[in-house]
Amino acid sequence: MADRTVLIVGAGPAGTRAAERVAAAGLRPVVVDEAAANGGQIYRRQPAGFRRPAQTLYGFESGKAVAVHGAFAALGDRIDYRPLTLVWHLWESEAHLLTGTTASRQQYDALILATGATDRIMPLPGWTLPGVFSLGAAQIALKAQGCAIGSRVVLLGTGPLLPLVAYQYARAGATVAAVLDTSTLGAAIRALPALAARPGMLAKGLYYTAWLLKAGIPFHRGITPTAIEGTDGVAAIRYRTADGIERQVACDAIGLGYGLRSETQLADLARCDFAFDAVARQWLPATDADGRTSTPGVYLAGDGARILGADAAEIAGKLAACAALQDLGIAVPDAEMAAYRAALAPMDRFRVGLDTAYPWPAHFAAGLPDTAVVCRCECITAGDIRDVAREKGAPEVNRAKAFSRLGMGRCQGRMCGAAGAEVLADALGVRLEEVGRLRGQGPVKPLPLATGIAP
Amino acid sequence: MGRFVRLAETDRPPVSLEIDGTMVTALAGDTVQVAILTNGFALRESEFGDGLRAGFCLMAACQDCWVWTVEGERLRGCSTEVAAGMRIVTKGSTWQIEPS
Ligand SMILES: Cc1cc2nc3c(=O)[nH]c(=O)nc-3n(C[C@H](O)[C@H](O)[C@H](O)COP(=O)(O)OP(=O)(O)OC[C@H]3O[C@@H](n4cnc5c(N)ncnc54)[C@H](O)[C@@H]3O)c2cc1C
Repeated sequence: MADRTVLIVGAGPAGTRAAERVAAAGLRPVVVDEAAANGGQIYRRQPAGFRRPAQTLYGFESGKAVAVHGAFAALGDRIDYRPLTLVWHLWESEAHLLTGTTASRQQYDALILATGATDRIMPLPGWTLPGVFSLGAAQIALKAQGCAIGSRVVLLGTGPLLPLVAYQYARAGATVAAVLDTSTLGAAIRALPALAARPGMLAKGLYYTAWLLKAGIPFHRGITPTAIEGTDGVAAIRYRTADGIERQVACDAIGLGYGLRSETQLADLARCDFAFDAVARQWLPATDADGRTSTPGVYLAGDGARILGADAAEIAGKLAACAALQDLGIAVPDAEMAAYRAALAPMDRFRVGLDTAYPWPAHFAAGLPDTAVVCRCECITAGDIRDVAREKGAPEVNRAKAFSRLGMGRCQGRMCGAAGAEVLADALGVRLEEVGRLRGQGPVKPLPLATGIAP
Repeated sequence: MGRFVRLAETDRPPVSLEIDGTMVTALAGDTVQVAILTNGFALRESEFGDGLRAGFCLMAACQDCWVWTVEGERLRGCSTEVAAGMRIVTKGSTWQIEPS
């Protein structure tokens, strides 16, 4: 059995715990991550030579960050860890890898995808100006590089990351000019019963918000952003208040994001079946409770499967590893798997609560002016998408992509896919699920020009 | 002077590199994107003629921060660490995505 190869993509909380569980069964998994260090997004590590303590970097989560980093370090030689390595394609039980400019292949008997998530973006006029970054990017600048994205920062959008990043910025000494939240207090109150499924998470969210208010940082809810102003960079954000009043805030940087979207390209390349998820308004790979996909030997764990957060990712990583081991014929205690399933149960209720409290503003898509850029890779506008819907009758996203190149740029639809589908559905007057989903293609990310094949 | 503002970890050793022919100073452990944006306000020009860009996601997803070396090698700014003597070019070559 020890010659069976379990390949784990992603060394965040899900991938770390999956690797630990597979190694505990006596196998030596291959763990591949594109990043320079393990940790994933939330527990992202600062480069060597940086000296801030875990408490400064991870706040309330520092204990868990240290535990996940420690668990990974303790695996040592019991895993075959390949940092700075991208999985760019999957084909017939082989992963195509790229380390620097060196390409190689890795056969696998089981594949655990723990690829995490990226910011979910709704564009607005001016969002391609220098100074506009994703909300996650604002956090990464601080966490991984000790920098703020500007000297007067506005944080815009919605979701748990919005007050958190504002708090982290203010605590680190950045000037937060305003926090502009598109969700309402009413929505947050309606979500309370579901959010109470995880009281600790709820308490942290309330703490950040209260801290910001106490610090005198302007925090406006229920706003509608209208445009980002500036010529060679951001100069201001214009928005409408909940009462319909036009306002403007001067700033030189904006962190923009509306929650997260699962990174699912590799599951697509592994030919997993997808199903429309009404909560995420995203097509997600279908899995059973343990993370098995429709493709034998392919498993999903963590935010790449559903946005359940870091704690759930750790549990899902262990559970997916158990499922993979079991399917490889290695005994796993039933009670262990049952315990993980039980621990995951309240997480989905919380996910629904988060979506109720911080809804994705799908309706903004209809209000985007024709001139607004949706695809920042190739400058495809909302008007271009509406044209292919109306004039060429593109009935779904892949036809719209063929006609307009939406989602064909180098980000492969990561930034524009969610909003582009909303613009198309609105223009066609159909429900979002009816426009389908962009199908993934290899390479999932651009390859350097000079790619050599490893011997 | 630049777009990004350093708030912490400022006592790292300096690293000299060249950006569009000008020598600048970054700090050891900086990404190329941070080196450029702590020394200036934009990272590259959009090849679609819609003006300047400074990258967007910082997590290797959006692919909006690719620059070049004078040797013609392409670098993703957010995920490449600076090295002394690097010679970065932010303008010029057009982008092409490779066939799979
Ligand atoms: C920018 C950002 C900031 C966040 N900040 C917070 C926060 O402060 N607090 C909080 O509670 N939650 C935060 N979250 C959510 C939290 O990060 C996740 O819930 C958690 O990290 C999920 O763990 P994971 O293991 O599923 O994925 P991740 O931690 O995202 O790890 C996925 C890993 O997979 C790797 N990967 C992906 N695709 C490939 C590929 N093709 N080839 C090789 N490697 C690949 C990535 O490099 C990454 O390291 C944040 C999310 C993002 C995107």
